[in-house]
Amino acid sequence: MREAFYALADALMGELAGGERLLLGYRGEESDFVRLNQNRIRQAGHVARRQLTLDLIADGRHAMARVDLSGDREGDLSELRAVFLLLRAQRRHLPEDPYLSYPTEAPSSERVDDSPVPDSRVALQELIGAAEGLDLVGIWASGRLHAGVASSLGQRNWHSSVSFNLDWSGYHQGDKAVKGSYAGTAWDSEALLARMAGIRRDLAAMAQPPMTIPPGRYRVYLAPAALLEILEMLAWGGFDLKSRRTGQTPLLRMATEGLRLHPLVTLVEDHGRGLAPGFTGEGFTKPDRVGLIEAGGLGDCLVDARNGKEYGMAVNAAVGVPESLEMAAGSLPESEVPQALGTGLYISRLWYLNYSDRGHARLTGMTRFACFWVERGRTSGPVNVMRFDDSVFHLLGDRLEALTAERELILDPESYGGRSHRSALLPGALIDGMTFTL
Amino acid sequence: MSEQQGSIAGRFSREAPAVDFWTLRLVEAHTERLSVRQDVLRPPVLSRSRGALVSVVEGEGAGYAATGDLSPGGLAEALRRARDWAEASANRALVRASLLPRPDAVGDYASPVGIAWEASSLASKIELLQGASRALKIHGHIVDWEAWLGHSRVDSLLTSAAGARISQRVSLIDPGLRVVANRGSEIQIRTGGGARGARQGGLEQLSPQGFPDEATRVAEEALALLDAPECPSGTLDLLLMPSQMALQIHESIGHPLELDRILGDERNYAGTSFVRPEMFGRYRYGSELLNVTFDPCVLGETASYGYDDEGMPARRVFLIRNGILERPLGGVGSQVRAGLVGTANARACDWDRLPIDRMANLNLEPGSSPLAELVGRVERGVLMDTNSSWSIDDSRNKFQFGCELGRLIRDGELRGLVRNPNYRGVSEGFWRSLVGVGNADSFELHGVNSCGKGEPNQMIAVGHASPPCLFRDVAVFGGGD
Repeated sequence: MREAFYALADALMGELAGGERLLLGYRGEESDFVRLNQNRIRQAGHVARRQLTLDLIADGRHAMARVDLSGDREGDLSELRAVFLLLRAQRRHLPEDPYLSYPTEAPSSERVDDSPVPDSRVALQELIGAAEGLDLVGIWASGRLHAGVASSLGQRNWHSSVSFNLDWSGYHQGDKAVKGSYAGTAWDSEALLARMAGIRRDLAAMAQPPMTIPPGRYRVYLAPAALLEILEMLAWGGFDLKSRRTGQTPLLRMATEGLRLHPLVTLVEDHGRGLAPGFTGEGFTKPDRVGLIEAGGLGDCLVDARNGKEYGMAVNAAVGVPESLEMAAGSLPESEVPQALGTGLYISRLWYLNYSDRGHARLTGMTRFACFWVERGRTSGPVNVMRFDDSVFHLLGDRLEALTAERELILDPESYGGRSHRSALLPGALIDGMTFTL
Repeated sequence: MSEQQGSIAGRFSREAPAVDFWTLRLVEAHTERLSVRQDVLRPPVLSRSRGALVSVVEGEGAGYAATGDLSPGGLAEALRRARDWAEASANRALVRASLLPRPDAVGDYASPVGIAWEASSLASKIELLQGASRALKIHGHIVDWEAWLGHSRVDSLLTSAAGARISQRVSLIDPGLRVVANRGSEIQIRTGGGARGARQGGLEQLSPQGFPDEATRVAEEALALLDAPECPSGTLDLLLMPSQMALQIHESIGHPLELDRILGDERNYAGTSFVRPEMFGRYRYGSELLNVTFDPCVLGETASYGYDDEGMPARRVFLIRNGILERPLGGVGSQVRAGLVGTANARACDWDRLPIDRMANLNLEPGSSPLAELVGRVERGVLMDTNSSWSIDDSRNKFQFGCELGRLIRDGELRGLVRNPNYRGVSEGFWRSLVGVGNADSFELHGVNSCGKGEPNQMIAVGHASPPCLFRDVAVFGGGD
């Protein structure tokens, strides 16, 4: 892939006229996707897709294109040359772009994972065997992901990774289910069996009669996957520079009224984790870490190329939302969570969050999957789904009581427009009051 | 159908693979997007997408492979991979592939286009957007503003071993306006000009969507909302305008009626449904006034088509009639599995995804009440316009939705604006509180441009048309801490 991309890049650079610059971005995947329902295969297949982004620049004016590649060099070049001419013709009608930004001195780089791709058929066989008797539903995704940048200034960047992501739910009945996942680079049968044993154990707990609790405010423990939903919602305008400078961030009150989150809350964009490419789409090198919330106070913003130029800031991210979020650990041992919670809700997942009032960082959303009522430190039974409506300034502010000492690395299973590079490393959160409304 | 697609399909068919059954779906998409944010033109982005999905049935197994390599060698490799997956899944398949219908229809469809995208020069389109942008920035408290214009043309060709040959061209226009007003810690966002639903057709669709003429109104309303009181809390009458009805229909009728959800396919991701198979034909979903159609034949609506992506001919059918649930949103594959009659609604978002049960055009049919009559029937209530927030449980039952703009109604008259209007309810029951449905004059086309579902994930645009609707005794509330 890398050689094919660089060869295309070299050929296209030869098309440039005097004064023109060209930025090329590459994105590709070879993925197996196998969908499961009732522990049987629902749909199984393979996707191979390669896409090139062109940004043709001259005199401060530029136009962009995205083109699917076939893999046939001559055919692709013919198509790309036609698009190239179209961009050149378009550019004549465009005003100068004051926020055009691309690196002129960024280093070339390469990060390649040569691990073998896990054998999907073997993994599926083991999974279905291990889940025998369970109503298991979910998806297996695996294969190679590629990303690259090439510029007419000679810069070359390449990132190639191998991964699998098995994301599943085991159902008891109705909407009563336990969610599980197993993701990584090297398939380990023993690790799968351990997770499946955990699913069977949790499903046994789900078989108890469900409770319906009335609306009200309850103590809660949010497992890392539940906390991630809140942080992902907060990331919708919460951390990017443009949102902060234009007064539409949900964290606006931290800037205008001096509000702070709890001192335990430290959020970092950990580019150094290395699961996402270490360069932006334009070829800027990402710093290893960007502090977003520092001990409860506003930290830096995520600055993409365009916003960096507009506001005179250094580029530190490909996009304005975290790709490799990390939250600092606390000191509560996970094994002591039930006792620390006392009486309240143990929430493994939240679902379908949105803003009730963006200005107050007030969110609403649902509980989903295993959610248990805990009474004096002992699990009583599953709880029917509940809707919460509360402000982040409370949940991660004055009502945050503790974060767990252990953290969970969550690899994003999403695949809109291609498999995701995103990940998050998070603790669980003990909160002295979350408001439930329905 | 492009000339190249016809040639590729012809060759594939002539060299027909030795499998029990196959389909080949070729897709070629051309898109272009222009936007001006804070009076600065962002670089125009055009896109050329081309690829194929080969699906194979071998014995009781089915498999697929998607590739951008449309050469004979590329398609042969895709066929090999699809066949491998068919063989690998045969003994573990959820559905016996030999029982699935095999499309054989021949036909075509094309979006009617009045004024072609190319009829207006790039310079003219940029000038239009810059004018709209300037019209949005009417005050210092407008802190962000944007106008955009998008276009796509998607050619697809579906062929099969049974002789299917379905050629479709869908052309979409996607304009929009967005402003953000801010003062202190108060943020108000208002959108318009078609921001909530693409239309099929050409540039003739801009004016009916209020693009760019709504710019000044949209900006003025965002500013006015900064000074408006919070929406009151209480059990009130609720008058939802078509721009919010689109979301209400989408989340609490459309998704629960998707048959693949009812069959459990989506339980790990998009969720399940409170609707069960035995409810079709007898369940009272809403009041007598509730009539909902699956209608892929509405001129200009987002998701009109002649055939779905499994090759089934599409036609208008009632899903809910006089409040009674009649049939699910289920393509022919799901229909076989469930033993229910459904709709031609299996759709794929792109060439690299399989069709799954989706909404297409899902519309609430007009009633007989002029808008003024609906307002006049309210003693104490709130009118809500344009969705801003959406959240619903995984069974598509407990929901909470928010709107950009609210307006008080007292004693049958519209009063002042209220900000951050929200309401919550439960799908089972909510539609039974429907007490008024606007007439045909108040019927509007809207939609949802980015409906996410499926594993692997798929994002697709759907259409929802509706008149304003009046609901009794709904839990309404505003923002604040």
